[in-house]
Amino acid sequence: MKSLFKNFAPAHFALALITLFLTVSTPRDVRADEPVKTIDITAKRFEFSPNQITLKKGETVKLRLTTADVTHGLFQRAFKIDELIEPGKTNEVTITPQTVGTFTTICDHFCGVNHGAMKMTFVVTE
Amino acid sequence: MKTTTDRRQFLTMLGTSLGIGVLYTAMPAAAATGAPTEFFNFLGEANGERPRPFSFVQLSDAHVGFNGPPDPLGTKAFERAVELINSLPQAPDLVLFTGDLTHDTEDKDVHAQRMKQFLEISKRMKVGKVKYVPGEHDAGLDGGALYREFMGESNYSFDHAGVHFIALDNVSRAKPEVGPEQLAWLKKDIARFPKTAPIVVFTHRPLFDLKPDWEWFTSDGDEVMNILAPYQNVTVLYGHIHREHDHTEGNIRHLASRSLIFAFPDPEQAQDKKPIAFDKEHPFRNLGGRLIKEDNGRASVSSIPMDEVQLSLREFHEINGVQQILKPLSY
Repeated sequence: MKSLFKNFAPAHFALALITLFLTVSTPRDVRADEPVKTIDITAKRFEFSPNQITLKKGETVKLRLTTADVTHGLFQRAFKIDELIEPGKTNEVTITPQTVGTFTTICDHFCGVNHGAMKMTFVVTE
Repeated sequence: MKTTTDRRQFLTMLGTSLGIGVLYTAMPAAAATGAPTEFFNFLGEANGERPRPFSFVQLSDAHVGFNGPPDPLGTKAFERAVELINSLPQAPDLVLFTGDLTHDTEDKDVHAQRMKQFLEISKRMKVGKVKYVPGEHDAGLDGGALYREFMGESNYSFDHAGVHFIALDNVSRAKPEVGPEQLAWLKKDIARFPKTAPIVVFTHRPLFDLKPDWEWFTSDGDEVMNILAPYQNVTVLYGHIHREHDHTEGNIRHLASRSLIFAFPDPEQAQDKKPIAFDKEHPFRNLGGRLIKEDNGRASVSSIPMDEVQLSLREFHEINGVQQILKPLSY
């Protein structure tokens, strides 16, 4: 055992400990090889499905957006989401919410007579 | 040339709420006391046209074609506004209509019929000119094609009595935005004016983040404000929110008019964007409702029951003060 450490200076121990600490103290960090959770959201007049999604603060998720009818939008200022959802296309947006709370998210692409009521909610918990 | 007059006083406006619209008198002090000649001459030389007092009306959100709930009266409020305008002792020079002239439908023929009905009522107004911008219910589904067919271009500018009016379209791209082409046009349009030029922008949606969760914003409104920021006398008039609102950022004051169909609640008080319920006993109850008094530079606000008021007079003193004189229903 001793030979294993004979060239390992105290500074190296400190660096290793700091690295280990940082790794375990940021559990929501996403490593390049770690798969990101994907959530499908479908828009159709005048609703989103699902209409409520619960996320963990700091959790990175990919939203996969499609429409079942006409062009819609998905807008939430706090998450910097401002996406078009066009027929025949799949749009992806990745978010990492940093604030706990309830966030009403709207369709901001005028889609018809009840457009003003088309919304969904993100609930972000600790 | 020096002037002792505060330039910010220039575009002071007196507004008379019609219960369902707002009558503005530009430069009321000049109208009452005679134009401050030296100052107006200065502005005339600087801006190319000497201003003169005049009045104009803002109307908004008629939603012709909408039938209740919450408002089963259809075009009644719109027609009442037209009658009120025609009964004013002095006809306003112009009327600005800030969008949602009609309610949307996917049936193009029905929508065209609603446009025709809107114009039929609008043309009853005995005023010099009526200028329009579209709302999303007019132009959101077809990129503004039908609107332009009936009303002409959706963004443009014109000069009137020394004031530069700019119509901005923040609905035809379907999203709440003005768009890069129109921003470039706006920049070019006002570049020829000196920074003292009085400017009135009229548009449908608010150009600032009033309540994004209720789609009460314009995503590139900041860019519009950046273009307008160097100008000292800018007023933005808008609709969309179906209630009055008064907001100032920098040199720019934003004023919203009520709707001609139904009212939305105060977003600070209500959780959901649902129209205020129609009260058949008091059909115009939600069309007004604040008494604001200037008191040593500080505005005080108290609520008044709206069924006691039919007309109100709102006077803006310089940029900060607001005074409202109420007239009883029997007036």
